[in-house]
Amino acid sequence: MFWNLPYISVVLLTLIGISIIILKKNLIKIFMGVNILTSAVNLFIIAVGYRDGGIAPIYTNAPSTNMVLPTPQALCLTSIVIGVATTALLLTFAMLLYRTYGTTDVDKIRELRE
Amino acid sequence: MRMSKIVRTGSDLMYPFIFIFGWYVIMHGHLTPGGGFQGGAVVATGAALVIVAYSYQEVNAMIKKAILMFQESGGLVLFIGAGLAGMILGFPFFYNWLANSGSLFGMSVIPGPNPGELNTAGFLPLMNIAVGTEVWGGLTIVILYMLSGVEKEGI
Amino acid sequence: MITDFLLHHTPALLVAVPLLGAFLTPIIGRISPIVRKIWVMGTMTLTSAIAVLLVYLVYTRGTFVYVFGALTPGLAIPPDSGGIPIRIIFTVDPMGAFMDLIVAVVGFCVILYSLSGDEKRTGLHYFYTLFLLLITSVLGMVSTGDLFNFFVFIEISSLASAGLVAFSVEQGRAVEAGLKYFMISTMGGIFLLFAIGILYGQYNALNIAMIAERMQFTSLDKIALVLMVVALAMKCGAVPLHFWTPDAYSLAPSTITAMLVVVSQASLYGLFRFVFTLYNLTLNYVTIGWVIIILGVLSMVIGVTMAIPQKDVKRLMAYHAVSQTGYMLLGVGVGLAVLGNQAALDTYGFIAIEGGLFHIINHALYKGLLFLTAGAIIYRIGTRDLNKMGGLGHSMKYTMIFFMIGALAIAGIPPFNGFASKLLIYESVYLFNPLLAIIAMVVSILTLASFVKVFHSIFMGPTLPEYSKVREAPPAMLIGMGILAVLIIAFGFFPQLVVDSLVAPAAHALINQGSYISAILGGA
Repeated sequence: MFWNLPYISVVLLTLIGISIIILKKNLIKIFMGVNILTSAVNLFIIAVGYRDGGIAPIYTNAPSTNMVLPTPQALCLTSIVIGVATTALLLTFAMLLYRTYGTTDVDKIRELRE
Repeated sequence: MRMSKIVRTGSDLMYPFIFIFGWYVIMHGHLTPGGGFQGGAVVATGAALVIVAYSYQEVNAMIKKAILMFQESGGLVLFIGAGLAGMILGFPFFYNWLANSGSLFGMSVIPGPNPGELNTAGFLPLMNIAVGTEVWGGLTIVILYMLSGVEKEGI
Repeated sequence: MITDFLLHHTPALLVAVPLLGAFLTPIIGRISPIVRKIWVMGTMTLTSAIAVLLVYLVYTRGTFVYVFGALTPGLAIPPDSGGIPIRIIFTVDPMGAFMDLIVAVVGFCVILYSLSGDEKRTGLHYFYTLFLLLITSVLGMVSTGDLFNFFVFIEISSLASAGLVAFSVEQGRAVEAGLKYFMISTMGGIFLLFAIGILYGQYNALNIAMIAERMQFTSLDKIALVLMVVALAMKCGAVPLHFWTPDAYSLAPSTITAMLVVVSQASLYGLFRFVFTLYNLTLNYVTIGWVIIILGVLSMVIGVTMAIPQKDVKRLMAYHAVSQTGYMLLGVGVGLAVLGNQAALDTYGFIAIEGGLFHIINHALYKGLLFLTAGAIIYRIGTRDLNKMGGLGHSMKYTMIFFMIGALAIAGIPPFNGFASKLLIYESVYLFNPLLAIIAMVVSILTLASFVKVFHSIFMGPTLPEYSKVREAPPAMLIGMGILAVLIIAFGFFPQLVVDSLVAPAAHALINQGSYISAILGGA
């Protein structure tokens, strides 16, 4: 049970993220939801890569050969970097939309509905 | 929206230390946790601190956007170039052609527990420097452009 | 020496050249607009040439495996790794090479067109940087043999294409469309990463061949499959998730729209690759096949019915793009539904997959051409409203001819290429289920009706007074469109040649999971 805590948090974070994206009307809050969802994925990947008793794969500190494979960490870092780029672009969009429409309410940014 | 003199002086004093720490993280990317992106983000945080403390106009006069853009492109070109250099030497793309070569960053790694040697790891430090430069320029320019949008609204 | 270099490093150069070109564009572009044009065109020509060389190599010598960062390019499994491919590996089999060819051809024509079509925009350094990044990402998506690498390339393509869709930031609407597209892509990317995490947790590998070999199809794998199908169906614009397509396609610059068609087809490639190579016979192929067929049929019907009442020429074409995506899903879905049944696969299933894949390249050609002609018309007259157009056939003769070629091809009229691939789909789907084939034919007729209406309202009738000074599109745009038109006609006249030499090897590579695995893991 205890070892499943990270996975339970992943599920909770995913649910929170998705419900924010669906229920909230403010663009900035929606972007926060996207970020929470990204964090959920990152936590999931890190949790998947956890090995009991393994140590960090740093060559100079290695007392034994039980190193964990660094792939999940690398994936997570890449995903964080992509998340930063995504957030920056999303916030730029929010800024440009605010300049045009004067609001960040998604119900009012609706010129394209046809 | 210029902050008070205390904040401005404080940020002036902090900036060199943040800068040095950021570059420390970049340079030791192959030995300690961290690396190009993390260190570059730290350096960009220093720039963000200065931007917040001073007004947009002042910062805009202080920082040349062209140099930041050049940093951004230059860092990426260095990254790809380091990969391509391996190909020109007859190895696959991104082969670590500097490792154990005895030249720059070319020392062999000493086995066993030790504090680590900076002059190792082949072209990984080069990659870290490239990514660090790029992230530094890129994130600063993102903050500057976003601030320019806010300034036009008159907030 | 140099040929040796090219022959050994083709897959790496395929990605490295446009990437280097993209990052140098802001620096070189500062010199002068002419230098920038030459630089961008040169980079794209070189990329296309490398892609064509790679396609030739793959079709003559078999699957091309390229390992990044290893001692030699072919060393997929290092001796000290315990039999596991650990590095990022590009695995270009005929299916991937087929997609590379599409990207190379359409990308070349679009960049050529863009040199005069987009020259009035501001911030062109960034426009071309993002454009070349988009081409890099699509080439990477279809060449990579690594799941996480696929995710990275799909995210680069989302970032670049969202930036390009919203490129005319002065229009709030373009930003709105860009945001919509980007939210969908980001959500798709997150789902895909969840799926990759699930697969990694079970099989400790990211290489597609490695996972395919170890695949057990447990209940977790089913969740991963659903997440992947949802994510990639979002990106390729199949029906329940198609709502971003008309907005993004209609408000992006026309050159970008033509590239977005290719991007969504690369997502479609990802969907097929995961279903066929990653899971293959372990999954419940009848169910998944029918899910894809139903998605396809819904896309066809809803796309075409939504297209008919549209007033905006690019929006109309965008709905047709959704409808045509349905044909590809239908063809390949039928092939998937009979995957385990060798007799049915031989009689019609394989032909259905060939039809679906042939339709991908045909669609990229004629849809690209149609969007480019729409762009040329908008470039000259400044409006995209069909009700305000008319009589342009007098002044824009070549554009009219190109539009006509594209419209007849999309409607499936012989001797154009759309007919050839649609015929393959009709024949084979009729044997599988006659009702589906009839639906496909009705959709094709509706497409023809829609395009006859559009053709009439844009080009026919007397010259309108406000358009009396309209001239033909500039030569670079005409050459770009002309290459696509010539290819459409060539593919229409010699379909058997194209199917035998290009499509059939790709279809074989797609359904033959064993050859993909053995290319990486050796003879096992």
